[in-house]
Amino acid sequence: MSSILQASERQALLEASIRGELPDEHGRFGPFGGRYIPETLVPAFERLDAGIKAHLHEDSFQAEFRRELREWVGRPTALSFAPRLSERWGAKVWLKREDLAHTGAHKINNAIGQALLAKRLGAKRVIAETGAGQHGVASAAACARVGLPCSVYMGAVDIVRQAPNVDRMRRLGAEVVAVETGDKTLRAAIDEALRAWVSDPNGIYYILGSAVGAHPYPYLVRELQSVIGQEARQQMLDQAGCLPDAAFACVGGGSNAIGLFYPLLGDDIELIGVEAGGIGDGLGENAATLATGTPGVLQGTYTIILQDDDGQVQETQSISAGLDYSGVGPEHALLQAIGRVSYISASDNDALDALGELCETEGILTALETSHAYAAAREWAKSNPGKKILIGNSGRGDKDMPTLTKFPAKVRHYAGA
Amino acid sequence: MQAHEKITAAIKSANDAGQTALVPFITAGYPEPKDFINTLREIAQIGDVVEIGIPFSDPMADGMTIQRSSFEALKKGVSLKWIFDELAGARGTIDAPLVMMSYLNPLLAFGFDALAERALACGVYAFIVPDLPYEESADLRAALKARGLGLIQLVTPATPDERLRVLCSESRGFVYAVTITGITGGDAGLPADLATYLDKVADISSLPVCAGFGIRAAGDVGSVGAHAAGAIVGSALVEVLEKGESGAEFLAGLRSA
Repeated sequence: MSSILQASERQALLEASIRGELPDEHGRFGPFGGRYIPETLVPAFERLDAGIKAHLHEDSFQAEFRRELREWVGRPTALSFAPRLSERWGAKVWLKREDLAHTGAHKINNAIGQALLAKRLGAKRVIAETGAGQHGVASAAACARVGLPCSVYMGAVDIVRQAPNVDRMRRLGAEVVAVETGDKTLRAAIDEALRAWVSDPNGIYYILGSAVGAHPYPYLVRELQSVIGQEARQQMLDQAGCLPDAAFACVGGGSNAIGLFYPLLGDDIELIGVEAGGIGDGLGENAATLATGTPGVLQGTYTIILQDDDGQVQETQSISAGLDYSGVGPEHALLQAIGRVSYISASDNDALDALGELCETEGILTALETSHAYAAAREWAKSNPGKKILIGNSGRGDKDMPTLTKFPAKVRHYAGA
Repeated sequence: MQAHEKITAAIKSANDAGQTALVPFITAGYPEPKDFINTLREIAQIGDVVEIGIPFSDPMADGMTIQRSSFEALKKGVSLKWIFDELAGARGTIDAPLVMMSYLNPLLAFGFDALAERALACGVYAFIVPDLPYEESADLRAALKARGLGLIQLVTPATPDERLRVLCSESRGFVYAVTITGITGGDAGLPADLATYLDKVADISSLPVCAGFGIRAAGDVGSVGAHAAGAIVGSALVEVLEKGESGAEFLAGLRSA
């Protein structure tokens, strides 16, 4: 399971990736991925695998999925040129507006796709985990839409950080289960959702919210989120007449990033994923998994994780609940290993500052998660003047108001730069 | 004799003496690291094979008791290296062959070859890895096999018959039959159709079958003992130990019925 790849292997894996041949039949993205799960869940994963093969790319499923994306989610989401931000940065900046999707973030693309799949597979009820609450809200809404009962597992720490979303989930008919074990954030919520699934593998469908976990989830989530990059690519061509020089997306588990990047892998575009730099570089002070982690198995997949020398997974720190995760999707681990995507981090403070700047220049309150992508793009623009930048604006920041009120707005009046 | 066959032999020897083999589980270093070896010694006098749990930060197949013991042991500095050092120091004083139960990541971090070498030297003859399905286990099985050690396969009531045959034939030491569809430490009782399921596994497997999950009392040992070679007792024993009571007395009580 060595993650050290020869140059020739890297090239072959890049080509396979662009041709859409990954993951392979074992759920592997090169050395990463796979399926590390309790025996009790093996039949459930095999059923899910078979269900995906039977339905996901079949015409009637795709027609239903596309119709729901159009008529209920509100897709395609806009591509916005950001004139005042562009002027400040000395660049040309476009924003892919997933904040305009129903429920306020890209999470809904995956949630409605999997809810439709759950319905087709005859699930009796749905469970989901959530960090920032966005996937929980999206799952609650999608389950209401298709008529399935939904329980959302959420860490007790996140329940406090993201109170408005907890109330939204409940109003959308979901049961919110507080997870008091482990780190009480996203990782503990996934562990607890897996435990619930182990207890009823036949009746439950688990809507995993990010491109993480055991095969086929990283594949399934990527397929459902790729609509972001497909639309953005076409919109760039239609509105700007060209593709961007660089594209940025924030990375926690990495679902919005893989959704944006995957359709762009074959283009001459620099792709940059931005992780949470938290409050510092030390283990436990951030969630910069790809920047500082090592290979290991967490929650079903072989990927890059934050761990100590004994293989114990470390807790993370970030101002944004959605990036606060000790692992990362296995496809991102591959894209880093083969050098196709570079992964950097932005600190809590830089993200907060970028959030303020976007509010004041473009009238968009973006999510704290998304703000990390802006912070990194702004730095990149300094050393790459005049370039065309695409930013995945993965979600809106309304849910972050409880956190943001602790940091009084610095009204800087970016007008008339 | 391969090392993993000592596990099989210990279970058969209990059965030959007219007893259900007892396989107690303890989380290494819980409740107190300083008591680890003494507790292990006492328990190994009653248990036929002893299962040592390696604490992990993300015990996704475990219920509250094992989670709690795992997190506490980690807080107190328990690691796989420490466990091996303790076991090496106690070599020759523990009366039962040992099995290690660990999630995969601590084993990956230790390195499979080093793991097999140290395990053999410490009297650990097999491993149970609850998040490593057979399909992903080739590397670990190869490293263990090179030293005569075994990887114990788990089967569950949800396992289809064809897969059950593969897992039974690939298991070493014994076959671990999970009694319930769920996590460890449940108190819902053993399922009504347990006998049929255990009989089926025992019929397919040429190795002894040990049943685990939800075994808390002498009556449970009796029920599984009628259909399986051994009973694995985990959460209930850990709860006894964390109350400061004697694990050996509790185990002896399980056997007396």
